[in-house]
Amino acid sequence: MTASQAVLLAVVVLPATVGAVLALTRAERAAAPVAVLTAAVTTVLAAVAALTRPALSYPFVAGADFALEVDALAAVTLPMVAGVTLLVLVFAAGSIRAGRPRFHGLMLLFAAAALATAAAASLPALLFAWELMGATSYALIGFWWRDADRVSAGLTAFITTRTADLGLYVAAGAALAGGAGMALSALPAAESPWRHVIAAGILVAALGKAAQLPFSFWLSGAMKGPSPVSALLHSAAMVAMGGYLLLRVEPLLASTGWAGPAAAWIGAVTAVLMGFVALAQRELKQLLAASTVAQLGFVVLAAGVGAVSGGAAHLVAHASTKALLFLAAGAWLTALGTEELAALRGAGRRWRVVGVSATVGALALAGIAPLSLWATKDAVLAAALEASAWLYAAGLVAAALSAAYAGKVLWTIWYRGVRAEAQEGGTGGVGVLEQVPLVVLAVGAAALGVLALPPVSTTLAQAVGGHGEVAAAELLVSAAIALVVLLLMLRLRVPEPGWAVRWLGLEAAAHAVVVRPSLGLAHALARFDDLVLDRAVTAAAGAVPVLARAAARFDDRALDTGVEATAHAADATGRGAARLDDDVVDGAVEGLAGRVRRLGQLARAPQTGAVHQYFLQAVAVLAVGVMVWSVYAVMG
Amino acid sequence: MLSLIVFLPLAAAAVLAVVPSIGAAAARWAWVAVSVVELLLVGVLWAGYEDPGPNGLAFEEQVPWIPGVNSSYHVGVDGLSLPLLAMTAVVFLACAVHALRDADRPRVQAALFLFLQGVSLGVFVAADLILFFVFFDLSIVGMYFVIAGWGHGNAVRSALKFFLYTFLGSLALLLGFIGLYVAAAPHTFDIPELVAAAPLAGDPLTGGLVLAAILVGLAVKTPTVPFHTWLPPAHTDAPATGSAVLAGVLLKMGTYGFVRIAMPILPEAWRAWAWVIVAVGVVSVLYGAFVALAQTDLKRMIAYTSVNHMGYIVLALGAVGVLAEGAAQARSVAVTGAVVQMVSHGLITAALFLLAGVMQDRAGSYDMGSYGGLAAPAPRYAALFAVGAFASLGLPGFSGFIAEFQIFAGSVAVAPVTAVALVGILVTAALFLRALQRVFTGPAAGHTPGFEDLRAPELWSAGPLLGLSLLIGVLPRVLLEVIEPASAALVGLVGR
Repeated sequence: MTASQAVLLAVVVLPATVGAVLALTRAERAAAPVAVLTAAVTTVLAAVAALTRPALSYPFVAGADFALEVDALAAVTLPMVAGVTLLVLVFAAGSIRAGRPRFHGLMLLFAAAALATAAAASLPALLFAWELMGATSYALIGFWWRDADRVSAGLTAFITTRTADLGLYVAAGAALAGGAGMALSALPAAESPWRHVIAAGILVAALGKAAQLPFSFWLSGAMKGPSPVSALLHSAAMVAMGGYLLLRVEPLLASTGWAGPAAAWIGAVTAVLMGFVALAQRELKQLLAASTVAQLGFVVLAAGVGAVSGGAAHLVAHASTKALLFLAAGAWLTALGTEELAALRGAGRRWRVVGVSATVGALALAGIAPLSLWATKDAVLAAALEASAWLYAAGLVAAALSAAYAGKVLWTIWYRGVRAEAQEGGTGGVGVLEQVPLVVLAVGAAALGVLALPPVSTTLAQAVGGHGEVAAAELLVSAAIALVVLLLMLRLRVPEPGWAVRWLGLEAAAHAVVVRPSLGLAHALARFDDLVLDRAVTAAAGAVPVLARAAARFDDRALDTGVEATAHAADATGRGAARLDDDVVDGAVEGLAGRVRRLGQLARAPQTGAVHQYFLQAVAVLAVGVMVWSVYAVMG
Repeated sequence: MLSLIVFLPLAAAAVLAVVPSIGAAAARWAWVAVSVVELLLVGVLWAGYEDPGPNGLAFEEQVPWIPGVNSSYHVGVDGLSLPLLAMTAVVFLACAVHALRDADRPRVQAALFLFLQGVSLGVFVAADLILFFVFFDLSIVGMYFVIAGWGHGNAVRSALKFFLYTFLGSLALLLGFIGLYVAAAPHTFDIPELVAAAPLAGDPLTGGLVLAAILVGLAVKTPTVPFHTWLPPAHTDAPATGSAVLAGVLLKMGTYGFVRIAMPILPEAWRAWAWVIVAVGVVSVLYGAFVALAQTDLKRMIAYTSVNHMGYIVLALGAVGVLAEGAAQARSVAVTGAVVQMVSHGLITAALFLLAGVMQDRAGSYDMGSYGGLAAPAPRYAALFAVGAFASLGLPGFSGFIAEFQIFAGSVAVAPVTAVALVGILVTAALFLRALQRVFTGPAAGHTPGFEDLRAPELWSAGPLLGLSLLIGVLPRVLLEVIEPASAALVGLVGR
């Protein structure tokens, strides 16, 4: 193993090991420093791995290696995931006050899974990391386990994403049958029917993790987790990894002919509908969650139209922006004890560092030039325009909606004349540890747009695929739309239709269509098992004594009686036979003997002793013999 | 070597049984000591193991036994049985450790479990049908006494149900064995000879009937739907260690019979009936999962997940017979997954049952509704149970994932329709998370206040089992390198 391979291995194994150990210990004090240190080392290692681009593979199951590789796309993503993890953990060191070892341990485990997902180069490695990410997200969302509803939300998140994950299991089977192996880069070479199955399976799995329609609802519940969890899971990892996977398998999507357009349209529709949902939310974290889904829609759209570099840039820039906003929401939640937008009026004025950082984040989210998401989104939209004007139009609507909901946040936190007051449970303060990461992330949210602008975009496009150039006119149009909508939001009253507030009723639909029927089926089958199957067996077993009694009765009544009757019959027969013997047989025998005797007497009659009589008898016999012979001769 | 492994616990059991003057502590520690020695012996075996090739056996021993019917004391191991041997030794050691605090007739209990250990190991090394059958039936007898003698609730009735049902199944098995004996020329009960001869090839009717007898016998023991109804009551009323052995080891005898006897000796019939077997597997997966989802009793729930997990094995083995040609690699992957699942389920479910026993011990109830927020008074218990639950639902990082990934990758590649069984993975995840949520999270309720956390024997019995599952999950090659050649050989034999 070379040094750079060891670095790659350490990027995954170090946080995983430290995290697992931390989660099982009770080192309440040491947990946060150890975790931050680990995350820092991991970030450095990830940066090194991004520069050296190692690949690593070891035999896992037959016909499929466990392969990790830092290609150009992973080289962009790995440092991003590690860096956001570090910043979020610094923030959490200030805001998480109980259960620290478990919290920081699980966060490191989750980060390890996300890093492994980003570097996965084969289906088993991907599925391995992918599902671990889901399981740790369950534990993190339900971190405050005394509240049943938070654990429920974790369960919903895990089960929903796992439903989609089944696609990866199917894809693995199809890859095995398709003959090209399980390396992600080899999948487009799989044989025809199987290639489509692989693409469909991966598409479903990615849409589930990225919370695209129709899976989006799990992200709403996931907001019940601690804010640092939301900041990591729903900006740089987990949800982002869904979009990332599609970028990674873009050649496979393109090779099928249908999967690319399908992804593009699902992404575009999600971006629009979830934009409306975000706009209608009344809680900051809910708004940000819906916005995350909508922004990931741009990434999915990018994968669908082959704009890999634009999608990657959008992913990275969005990670920084959204982590920033979630952490700001968390800081306010801790300080004020609420995340109701109505109660956050003027919050920006009260804590200036948080306020200014969040403003940079909100402006970037709105797509205001020259901040990051303005340029990255246009890189995606430019490619969408090449594919279809309708896709481009949908993208513009989604962009306008981004500006609208970002404006809703922005004008709320800078609302004049009211001072945001701490409610019950609020601490009334924001610590230094909570402020530093915000500033760093704000710099990222402002500057990461360079990834989508020449000359960096050209280099990136050459490395990962996609288009390096974006027409200046498109950039100007989108910047103008963003600015106009943002300013309009100062005046406009936001419509908050019920369907949008309730996240399109998706969760209710999932309950009605999947959860309740499944539970109903489970109870019905359980009743069947107890009342029919088990009873049938017991009845069959119960039938044995009944049969035995019947046999005993048969034995007593039929067989035994039969035997007795037979005996009687034999007796009677015997007597009858005796009578028969005496009367009939014996008589017959006697009669026969008498007749024989008489025949004997008759036979004795010719034996007279006189020679002449014997001679006469001989002549008579001879005469009869001659007559018989003559008759025989004449007859021929 | 193999004879030593089989007869050492039997001899120890005999000594413990006939010497009443052995004290309780001495008996408990003797049990642990013998189990440790057994594990070491199996370790030595593993270290010296080399793959014997198709239809070959390593560490073979053969002594004439009943020459009149060509039955001999014939034992040996290959890549299908060695992992199960190791798993059996591990599970029994865990039970020995777990029982260190048991006060109920420890001497007789130790004797009984050592007897069970000996006959269970015997089943997995037997290379003769009569020998297999004898060990197979003795295991039923031993388990009957464990449930009836150390169980709770309606133990005697459950034990009797278990005994009668599985014994009846074993009679069907015996019928099948006799069918094989009669069909082979020369008549023999020797498994390698029967495999080489593949009697009843070209006789689909008799072959099908003999396979049906064997399948029914093994399906009862596995158990598959609809022959599973003895399992939930047996588990519910069995002591924790009894459940661990029953689920961990005894169920594997059924699925092991498929790969050791049914598939290689009756390849033609297996292929002819492959779809039926696949269907039984799929139904067991889904039915077991859904019925488990509806349970409120923790032990019954785990029992039904066993039906689900065994279903994966049956499904994969059935899929192997679906195609006669091509896709050899996919079929081999399916078999490997099935064998890994046997090991994995043994480790994980044994751990879960040992952990479930803690509830009975502390509060006398498995009813999930009478707990809540248990993580507060018993954090170690909660953590270990959560790890066990995630392992059981097939989370990557644990052995179950290695098994289920291969089972599904292999089966879907050969018979795409088996993908419907993937729903089982999902339902299992839901039911375990619901159970975790009901019992361990939320506000404290029911029996929770004052619930004592895990004691050392409980921690050090279930813990290492899950640790091993984790080890296999992260570094599967150690196990797979033993299994894979045997899987390929089995696929070759079924394809004949």
